Amino acid sequence: MAIVVENLTYVYDQGTPFQTTALEDISLTIEKGEFIGLIGHTGSGKSTLIQHFNGLIKPSSGKIIINGLDISGEKVKLSELRKKVGLVFQYPEYQLFEETVYKDIAFGPSNLGLDDSEIQRRVIYAMDLVNLDYDEFKEKSPFELSGGQKRRVAIAGVLAMEPEVIILDEPTAGLDPRGRDEILQQIKRLHDEHRVTVILVSHSMEDISRLANRIIVMHQGRIEMSGSKEEVFSHGDRLEAIGLGLPEILYLVKALRERGVPIDQGVINFEGVEKTLINLLGGSR
Amino acid sequence: MIRDITIGQYYPVESPIHRLDPRVKILASMLFIISLFLVKDFFQYIPALLFVSVTVRVSKVPLSYILKGLKPILVILIFAFVINIFLTRGEVIFTLGPLNVTKEGIYQAFFMMLRLILLITGTSLLTLTTSPILLTDGLESLLNPFKRIGLPAHELSMMMTIALRFIPTLLQETDKIMKAQMARGADFESGNLINRAKSLIPLLVPLFISAFRRADELAMAMEARCYRGGENRTRLKVLRYTKGDLVAGIFLIGYIGMIVGARFYL
Amino acid sequence: MIKINNLTYRYRTTEYDALAIQSMNLEIARGEFVAIIGHNGSGKSTLAKLINGILLPTEGKIFVAGHDTGDPETIWEIRKTAGMVFQNPDNQIVATVVEEDVAFGPENLGIPSGEIRKRVDSALEQVHMWEHRLKPPHLLSGGQKQRVAIAGILAMEPECIIFDEPTAMLDPIGRKEVMETVETLNRVKGITVVYITHFMEEAMRADRIVVLEQGRVILDGRPREVFSDVERLQDMGLDVPQVTLMAHGLRKAGYPLSEDILHVEDMVEALWQLL
Repeated sequence: MAIVVENLTYVYDQGTPFQTTALEDISLTIEKGEFIGLIGHTGSGKSTLIQHFNGLIKPSSGKIIINGLDISGEKVKLSELRKKVGLVFQYPEYQLFEETVYKDIAFGPSNLGLDDSEIQRRVIYAMDLVNLDYDEFKEKSPFELSGGQKRRVAIAGVLAMEPEVIILDEPTAGLDPRGRDEILQQIKRLHDEHRVTVILVSHSMEDISRLANRIIVMHQGRIEMSGSKEEVFSHGDRLEAIGLGLPEILYLVKALRERGVPIDQGVINFEGVEKTLINLLGGSR
Repeated sequence: MIRDITIGQYYPVESPIHRLDPRVKILASMLFIISLFLVKDFFQYIPALLFVSVTVRVSKVPLSYILKGLKPILVILIFAFVINIFLTRGEVIFTLGPLNVTKEGIYQAFFMMLRLILLITGTSLLTLTTSPILLTDGLESLLNPFKRIGLPAHELSMMMTIALRFIPTLLQETDKIMKAQMARGADFESGNLINRAKSLIPLLVPLFISAFRRADELAMAMEARCYRGGENRTRLKVLRYTKGDLVAGIFLIGYIGMIVGARFYL
Repeated sequence: MIKINNLTYRYRTTEYDALAIQSMNLEIARGEFVAIIGHNGSGKSTLAKLINGILLPTEGKIFVAGHDTGDPETIWEIRKTAGMVFQNPDNQIVATVVEEDVAFGPENLGIPSGEIRKRVDSALEQVHMWEHRLKPPHLLSGGQKQRVAIAGILAMEPECIIFDEPTAMLDPIGRKEVMETVETLNRVKGITVVYITHFMEEAMRADRIVVLEQGRVILDGRPREVFSDVERLQDMGLDVPQVTLMAHGLRKAGYPLSEDILHVEDMVEALWQLL
């Protein structure tokens, strides 16, 4: 098991008039190699939750165990934890600071105290993952790159720490469709080829339904739903009620079902719907 | 921690002090500071204490809130106290190692502490009862006569407004960048002084870049909204003296009279 | 309302030299709601800044309500007529109180205080932010900040508003709030809207979509027309509504579905006919 959370509660500004409960009694398990889609509105607690996984926030109560290491304990070495869990914040390009792409990506690994040849190996590995040519980009200043390239450098900076679990908070925010598809493709490759456990935080049902095997829905500091895509999407009304909704194609399925067209509950992606429709249309060609 | 600092923050309630013209309040604060330096013994503090207590009372800002504002400067207060106790020459009461505690020192320490507390309480009342916008407007209006000698009154007040507007935004940003770098293994807390200063680079560089980007975008947005300096600009709220300001003025003159009287004629 | 004649804009810095806009001709009528889409670097933002006179054409001319943007005499008239809302809501709010910020534009125009008060109140009511008028902007959500920015433009009583990716940094709720505000301004108040976006679900709601690539107009038409060109849009790396894509796939498989399917209801109707 990669991550186990037991009865996690987090209260902001405890004991002051500003006291707010951001997370309430959260328990969940994430298996090694899963691809989790974490969805919920601003203020649903998802950002607070992912910061716990990286040790940036300590729980008010409850436990978090990552690959057997209880990180809620007092004597945890944070550097150990950060080798295990990588966290890519929203708009990560705003954290770039070095003169060259190489140095910026090397910042994380060198904080881990690795030697130069290992650092170089990791920079090459990370740049390959985000599809940036090593020789072409290593000496460039990150500040002269395009928006999408900057973001990929920033993501590479976290990947170079070779975490076993990677959490990405809205990695495609503000990108154009092409930039978005590239990043999502790279994340998929990271999961499929390198067996990294991925937690993708997103507002986009489309992106999540394309990539994740399991969806966790958060609402008002609690876990509202957790399960396979089929399970979660079968609660369309509940998702609507908390303002999230379904991928567009499932509205088509829903409307057709309401008219009595028999479409199986398990059909949830674009290709599935297309195939089903072709089967149904069969004769009318 | 940042939330604890009440100096410079606006406390939005309705009170006669809040309603005063900001220019009156700025002038009053300046006169009050000067008056504190005219005071030469404890007895003369009585009008100053009275002045502050009446103003605090009328302003409806809770005393506890103002005192909370003293917390961050407690270190300075204690430092000033200690320095005065040990470094004032005079009649020695007792010795602590190489240091002498004198009668004059104790007197001086309490005297300075009272002055500092009055100074900070009095001046923080200005910002507590005046919204930032009115404060900068008032300042601009007071500085206007100096335009003739080349003082950029409007620009100064615009700069202040923008600074006040962006302080919370940049604080949030600092927090975000710090967390992002910590997630990459940056350590802002341990190590010696040089290492710590070095460890700030990953924080400061992105922060500066972001501040410049913001400045650039803000300038463009301001231009798109027809901003072209202070010429021919009108205001949503025009500053106007009212009866309240007259009352405040009389009260102020009375206070200054008492201080000056106590200082020079008693 | 806006007339663009043979416009070229050369973008040049020390290490960069490119034509951001290439001999473009475009006309936007009064009261229209035009969405401009295209991927990054297609010239969308440059175009917005050119219309507002923040940038000046290298060649060609732009007329806003009859005024040439290259004429320094009328530039303030143009900025008053064609207001602009930018991407990052934080970086366009000047003042520390919502209503003071909304007043910033009219103050610059030298409007008397009584009139500013009226305009500020009315602008804040239109974007449903009146009850927040005394708040400091940093305590608002992204969508609320962006609506304050819109109110700041409205208080200048523009005939046209240019939106440069106003929702790119917002969450879905904020996006919805802003989009609804923009639609109301156009449909109810008759304000001409030029709306630059990456989100095709927003572009779909315009009267007309202009697709840019490499500083040129590639497609220009009603949403149904533009999105019917599925392959072309996909080649450019732009999104197409899922049902349009599905209809396109089925059409290729030999089923007679119409080309202008844009909404779920269109698709349901079309399939119903066939089933």
